[in-house]
Amino acid sequence: MSDSRPLLELRQVHKTYPDGWMLSPLDLTVARGEIVCLLGPSGCGKTTLLRLIAGLEHPDSGEIRVRGESIIGTPPHRRNFGLMFQEYALFPHKDVFDNVAFGLRMAGMGREAIDRRVGQVLDLVGLTGFERRDVNQLSGGERQRVALARSLAPEPKVLMLDEPLGALDRALRQRLMDELWTILRQAEATTITVTHDQEEAFALADRVVLMRAGEIVQTGTPEAVYARPTCAWAARFLGLTNLIQAHVDDATTVETPMGPLTMEESRLADWPPGDSPLLLIRPEAATLGQDGPNVIQATITERSFRGERYHLIVEHPSGLELAFNLSAHRDLPAIDEPITLSLDPSGLMILPPDPQAPVHSQRLS
Amino acid sequence: MTRSTDETTKGIEHRGRPWLRLLPAVLPLAFLLLFYFYPLSSILSLSLAPEGELSLAPLAELIESPRYLRVAWFTTWQAAVSTLLTTALALPAAYVFARYQFPGKSIIQALTTVPFVLPTMVVSMAFTAFLGPRGAVNRVLMALLGLDRPPLDLQHTLAIILLAHVFYNYTLVVRIVGTYWSNINPHLEEAARVLGSGRWQAFRKITLPLLKPAIGAAALLIFIFCFTSFGVILVLGGPRFATLEVAIYRQTVHYLNQPLAAALSLIQIGFTFGLMVAYTRLQSHQRPVERQSRRATQRPPVHLGERAIVWGSLILILALLALPLAALVLRSLTSGAEGFPTLTFYRQLFENPRNSVFYVPPIAAVRNSISFALATTVLSVTLGLMAATVLDGHARRSAQPASPLRRLLDPIFMLPLGTSAVTLGLGYIVTLDEPPLNLRTSPLLIVLAHTLVALPFVVRSVLPALRSIDPRLREAARMLGASPWQIWREIDLPIVARAVLVGAVFAFTVSMGEFGATSLIARPERPTLPVAIYRLMSRPGATNYGQALAMSTLLMLVCAVSFIAIERFRVGEIGAF
Repeated sequence: MSDSRPLLELRQVHKTYPDGWMLSPLDLTVARGEIVCLLGPSGCGKTTLLRLIAGLEHPDSGEIRVRGESIIGTPPHRRNFGLMFQEYALFPHKDVFDNVAFGLRMAGMGREAIDRRVGQVLDLVGLTGFERRDVNQLSGGERQRVALARSLAPEPKVLMLDEPLGALDRALRQRLMDELWTILRQAEATTITVTHDQEEAFALADRVVLMRAGEIVQTGTPEAVYARPTCAWAARFLGLTNLIQAHVDDATTVETPMGPLTMEESRLADWPPGDSPLLLIRPEAATLGQDGPNVIQATITERSFRGERYHLIVEHPSGLELAFNLSAHRDLPAIDEPITLSLDPSGLMILPPDPQAPVHSQRLS
Repeated sequence: MTRSTDETTKGIEHRGRPWLRLLPAVLPLAFLLLFYFYPLSSILSLSLAPEGELSLAPLAELIESPRYLRVAWFTTWQAAVSTLLTTALALPAAYVFARYQFPGKSIIQALTTVPFVLPTMVVSMAFTAFLGPRGAVNRVLMALLGLDRPPLDLQHTLAIILLAHVFYNYTLVVRIVGTYWSNINPHLEEAARVLGSGRWQAFRKITLPLLKPAIGAAALLIFIFCFTSFGVILVLGGPRFATLEVAIYRQTVHYLNQPLAAALSLIQIGFTFGLMVAYTRLQSHQRPVERQSRRATQRPPVHLGERAIVWGSLILILALLALPLAALVLRSLTSGAEGFPTLTFYRQLFENPRNSVFYVPPIAAVRNSISFALATTVLSVTLGLMAATVLDGHARRSAQPASPLRRLLDPIFMLPLGTSAVTLGLGYIVTLDEPPLNLRTSPLLIVLAHTLVALPFVVRSVLPALRSIDPRLREAARMLGASPWQIWREIDLPIVARAVLVGAVFAFTVSMGEFGATSLIARPERPTLPVAIYRLMSRPGATNYGQALAMSTLLMLVCAVSFIAIERFRVGEIGAF
């Protein structure tokens, strides 16, 4: 019976800071075993949200429940949540073993049980044999794993990771991203992770929660969020920058500065002729040549080779600048040369018009 | 920012035992109140209302008396000259230690600090042994030049006072400015040079402005110490010179004029409190410099000019800091004009020549001092740890600015450092000799006075270590299930343990050498080492003088050993003022 209730549930959680920054009343539920990723630029409130859940900060109003029971009054050390800090916060005066064993000792576990459990989690993160190493002498990747092992050891109800890969260099990050995913799956840990890096979010999460200026903008699987951003800001944040003002002509056509473009009918279902929404042209929508439906002529202004594809910026005679990814299988014209592209209707999407008063109260998280 | 968090945690965790949370704040404050503010306020009332009625007569007497105006003026300008002289002489050394790497550097740097921890009695004895009429320098000059009279007569001159002050405070500049300097990225100056400024210009335009806060802090501290200088002036200056501190002592001990002494104290308290406030302000404005690795900022001296400044500084350090101490040890081990090596003076320390019941053999003073010092250490570490925990409190709540109360507390715990020890002793005599606190004959009185003097050293040792703890470590421990008490035991205490040890050794050393307060409150039958030295050297005769030399040497060794211990345990800038 209790399993039907969500493991963690936030209801209308709200917090205001003296400097005017605030976390809007927001709702969030996390199911057992789920990996949820809070994604957003710095200052969007994702770390604050994490600290509220951890109990290190206290909401002005709203409810935080575990299996339906409120934990608002429970101090952080009695919540049995795990939190891995951005720079790991390893205890500098304790070795690897004592760092990992800390939570177990606080829980009053016996010595043998501690030895066994520490061995288990060190094995899980691949640090067997590191027990007596000084944490100050470890590499960045090793420190990250010790921090992860330390948070996992007491088997927290919810594990929270604040920018778990943020302190690592790019190459290491790529490798540890996959590893982290495997470890979290093996540990079957219910996880909330925080990042500003969409690649990291997509790689780790079952569900992405896109945040901006203290508000949740969009929630969904990584695929759904990337495929169907619900507003212009979300699209831009995800790197989808081809947003142009459009005018709905009929059930399948929109008028744009580049002329009329044909769309899939379902995409325009909510937008009767006469409306002026935003048109999103996905970067992968373009193909070289004039075999498709929506043919445009433009000039190449930037072209960079990215291995399996080209990243291209073209300028349309109307003055519009558009970015596309094109397969690298065919040769492209040089910079400043004209290019003919056709835009696949499946890559054209409609978004509500950008509210021209963007929220700009930013704060470092 | 996290106000509401605090309220809930307080509400939940400390509902049962709120007093437990208050204890660390209450005990040190109560101690200060009882053994610092109460005696000082009694001095205030004694000076302003000697007969129970408000009367400004003693103060007016002072202000109108040209004699005491002269004392106040002398106190101020000798402190200013000492400060200038020390800063000027020590800045090159600060530069040398900050920028160059050479063999034996860490030992030499450590040795420059030894004078700072030496008791004034030891320093005074060392300077008479070095520069006095029968001191080492005069003996060497007489032998070399074939004179039959000592050519240098520095005893009881301003010069020897200033030299002793430089000797004492040299290390403050080397430490404070040198540490700061070594953390200034040399690339800054190089960048200025590349942009076309000359070496001197680059120093003046880039390095000097960056150093200013450090130089200011060092200078202010030196000024405070010299302003309240006591033992050095009393012994080396002789009857001709008097700072406020010495005047207070003479009024109390020789003329038994407590109201006048109290009025003098009042003036001194006003001065030092102002200086202390300025100092803590300066410190809180001091921005932390990014740490530079030693390798990035230091290299061996190469050019002739570089070698010259390194060697010059080292020779100055040797002449100024090492030779007086060497002279002290040497003189304690030799007797007669020919300088035969002997242990007589040390042997005499254990003797009671007259077999008198009232006579205390000098070695008893050693025992007394050690007992007092141990008790002082325990008491001041306990109170200092509590005070530091309370002062650090605001740092725990990450982004919250310090409350005004806490900002006030910081200089309050520093106050005893700037308060004249003689004034304190006078306050104890005035207040603690009647019920309910009749401690006049209790040995506890000395322990209390020493603890008060040692407390700022302990707080200054522990507080930076506490503040250096990343608040996230505590949060991490909390998330792993540690209660506030467990966090203190598992995170705070182990991390500051070495700093606590440093504070403890500081307290021990301070107590061993304290002279100002002790000279007033020590019972004749229970003298401490410095008091015994002063008594011995005030009596005529080579035997007494020799014993004073021997005791000073012993005291110097105790302090030097303690100091080496401090250096071994010290991590980072802990205990650096």
